[in-house]
Amino acid sequence: MEPVPRNLKILTGITSALFVIALYMVFFHAPREAVMGDVQRVFYFHVAAGWVGFLAFLVTFSLGIVYLITRDRKWDRIAVASVEVGVVFTFINIASGSIWARPIWNTWWTWDPRLVTATVMLLLYVAYLMLRQGIDDPDRRARFGSVYGIVAFVSVPITFLSIRIWRTIHPVVIGSGDPSGEGAFDMTQPMLQAFMFSLLTFTFIYMTLLWYRVRLGRLSEKVEERKMEMMSI
Amino acid sequence: MAENTRAVGGVGRKSAAAGYLRAVGAVVWKDIAAELRSRELLGSMLVFALLVILIFNFALELDLRARQTVTSGVLWVTFAFAGTLGLNRSMAIEKDRGCLDGLLLAPVDRSALYFGKVLSNLIFMIVVEAIILPLYGLLYNVNLFIPSLLVVILLGSIGYVVVGTLLSAMAVQARTRDILLPILLFPVVLPVLIAAVRATTGILQGLPLEDYQAWLNLLIAYDIIFLGVAIISFDYVVEE
Repeated sequence: MEPVPRNLKILTGITSALFVIALYMVFFHAPREAVMGDVQRVFYFHVAAGWVGFLAFLVTFSLGIVYLITRDRKWDRIAVASVEVGVVFTFINIASGSIWARPIWNTWWTWDPRLVTATVMLLLYVAYLMLRQGIDDPDRRARFGSVYGIVAFVSVPITFLSIRIWRTIHPVVIGSGDPSGEGAFDMTQPMLQAFMFSLLTFTFIYMTLLWYRVRLGRLSEKVEERKMEMMSI
Repeated sequence: MAENTRAVGGVGRKSAAAGYLRAVGAVVWKDIAAELRSRELLGSMLVFALLVILIFNFALELDLRARQTVTSGVLWVTFAFAGTLGLNRSMAIEKDRGCLDGLLLAPVDRSALYFGKVLSNLIFMIVVEAIILPLYGLLYNVNLFIPSLLVVILLGSIGYVVVGTLLSAMAVQARTRDILLPILLFPVVLPVLIAAVRATTGILQGLPLEDYQAWLNLLIAYDIIFLGVAIISFDYVVEE
């Protein structure tokens, strides 16, 4: 068992500190939204979790291409770790959105383009994990994972753009100030600060978890190799 | 071979293209010949498609009013389910009898194999659709032979088969292959199905072209995007 590298320990410390500050920012620094009340505070982590999902799948897509060119398994290890983290955060994103939607839209769920595209994206990456589970040969697993990671990525820009292309009930807070979404609002300065800080914090959480997961993947591969050695003796 | 084509120039290039087409044709012909002799693929696809329609008939109470809104949905779900069955089978026979390895040994471009499989899968799907459509029309007394509808069905089937052939080539090499293909395929192909259903509904309700043009464009765009991605990545899927 190799010890946790020092840099990873430091990163974990920084991330934990950032998360505590982010919680403070969200609950105390950012003001209470006038119309929606406290439930609006979900927004900070909701968008940050969604951002991590997009980022994670972008990493998988890019590393899938890199793997197919270089055939170095280290890239595939990072790609699959990224999918696992991304799936968890996309789920947090959808669940937190649902909690917000209950009082604001008066329903847990609605078949809105944004909600549908995000769910399809989640299902695609769950399918990615199931595909990998079904294949024993590590090289083939890496190859198929890379290909499916590239195919599945088509869903990511669609999900991101869905609230900007189609008429939807989901608010667009960042960028355009289109007030047609149900529950849209303009951010004040402290809100924007809390929001930006959440994005930063979640990016750090992503990097920390990714590192741990890549390390875990490497260790479990080693265990697998040892097992093979034992069996061949 | 490569130097040869370069030396002869234009003539060589033409013969290389002809060779490529011959390879595609050979794969298609092999599949059709095998199907004509065994008749296991089309038969099961057809019976399955009929059963799906039968289930829908009772699950949805397909009376006159309900049919106006759900016909396109019923048709596309039927095609999609029957299509999965066909895709799985068509790749499984390649894999099980070592046929795929033989194909890969052939000195042709891998994309020719891909196109051959796409074409034969497309042919099987179109045959099933060509039987289901008039049958549905007969059972429910609607005319489904509208040229624009046939175009939408063709475009939708192309999108479905283009992705499906790539993903089924992956799924058959996994341990859980029979259950894996729909899980891999449906989320990817969902935009194609949504666009096809919307365009079909528009046509069946007799709306003008402008009303469903956007869905048609989306369908064409998806066909092209997926074809591009599939051609590039098929090499990596079948290499051993």
